[in-house]
Amino acid sequence: MTIEALLLSIAMAVAAGLTGCFAVMRRMALAADPLSHVALPGIGVALALHIHPVFGAVTMLFFGALLVWAVEDRTRATTETVIGVVFSAALAAGSLMTSGENLIEALLGGGGAGALGWAEIMFGFAAAGAIISFLVSYRNSLIVMLVSSDVARTAGINVRRLNLFYLQMFALTIALGLRYLGVLLMGALIIIPAATAKRLARNLDGMLRLAVMLAVLATLLGSWMAVWLHRETGPMIVTVSAAIFFISLLRRPS
Amino acid sequence: MRKTGVAIRHPVNINSVETVLEVSHLSVQFGASRVLSDLSFSVAKGSSLAIIGPNGCGKTVLFRALIGAIAFEGSARWAPGTRIGYVPQKLDLVRDVPITGVDFLRARAAIGREPPANVSHVLDLVGIPPAIAEQPIGTMSGGQFQRLLVAFALLGGPNVLLLDEPTAGIDELGQERLNELIHRLQLDQGLTVLFISHELSIVYRYASNVLCLSQARAYFGPPRTVLTPDVLHELYGTQVDYHIHDH
Repeated sequence: MTIEALLLSIAMAVAAGLTGCFAVMRRMALAADPLSHVALPGIGVALALHIHPVFGAVTMLFFGALLVWAVEDRTRATTETVIGVVFSAALAAGSLMTSGENLIEALLGGGGAGALGWAEIMFGFAAAGAIISFLVSYRNSLIVMLVSSDVARTAGINVRRLNLFYLQMFALTIALGLRYLGVLLMGALIIIPAATAKRLARNLDGMLRLAVMLAVLATLLGSWMAVWLHRETGPMIVTVSAAIFFISLLRRPS
Repeated sequence: MRKTGVAIRHPVNINSVETVLEVSHLSVQFGASRVLSDLSFSVAKGSSLAIIGPNGCGKTVLFRALIGAIAFEGSARWAPGTRIGYVPQKLDLVRDVPITGVDFLRARAAIGREPPANVSHVLDLVGIPPAIAEQPIGTMSGGQFQRLLVAFALLGGPNVLLLDEPTAGIDELGQERLNELIHRLQLDQGLTVLFISHELSIVYRYASNVLCLSQARAYFGPPRTVLTPDVLHELYGTQVDYHIHDH
């Protein structure tokens, strides 16, 4: 693994850990997975047009997040139905458009071994930088909104706009993980370290720090084990991450 | 992004400078069902307005309309410079997250660019010991958590408090203490208070005016004038026997 690939995977893990903390606290854990599926048709179109798959994925994820945001104002049942129907359909359509090696790679990652293009490196660092700086600078507003959107309104927070920004950053985090984890597994790197941190931490700073550390640890250890055991990187990262979660269950919640 | 204060729908001059809120012909409709119909009332600066009525009559909906969270017909005019502190009845959050009372208050203080010392100040005002405030919010008792929400509402320097059943789910002693706390804060800081309650004794004790919402119509005025046995019967369906104890 080259130095830029290593740094990029660390940046991805930091962004995933932070994004995940707010996703877990917003009880978005189940929505994370279907939203990531929407990237697949984008990848299919991008491959057909001979452009980099990550740009197709980003475009589709942008619209996917916009759709979730638009229906979120309605009842919860509507949101779940939309996510269930639209995003599963996206997975099916994407699978029809992509095939063979490309499909496996898009779903489960595995492009990690190939050389990184400059465009991808630049996109990766820019996206990770945007996600991390958004979450750091809007952390207080996100926390207040998390507790009560009505209270957030009286504190002068534009709740609808902040929700949209958060969902877009969430979608961008999924796009970031495309190369190493694929669209099916990136949701897991967002959710699992944050869920582990939520169990173990005693305060907000502790949760954010722990989620970042666990996501980075799972990414590095998983990548190393993948090389060592001659397995795919993405599934290995998620397996390590899940193993840490199960170990954390041994500790009783305080 | 606006840093402090609440969206003021019609920042116009209100005739009397003493009026904080002027609501006229306010109606809220969700799909085919009309939840609030043609409400008109006003709230004077420094006074207390109690909002009562049976479950489902739209008390919380009225608060949400007043803070601009839902669309409505008619008008709700807050006096210029109004800053609202809101204590909701229902939170969006499941309380199993590792957010401490202090985390929560610090986030609010940071949004309003207030110094961190204000966090200790409001904790002191509502009587939450620092050791409790450093605990995750899920470990707090119902009474402590409601006090935390009041402390939160006090950050941002509000001049109006909206309290949606602030004492729900607390034991009797806790209720008494919280009501006294709110009353003391109102007197000390000259706050205008709008509160939703099911407790008629609290309404009689603290409210300058009462707004009774029922399916048929709304009543507005001082509690002793408005809360006649007939009105109470209309509101709650059964004969409510209530004796006013004058001290």
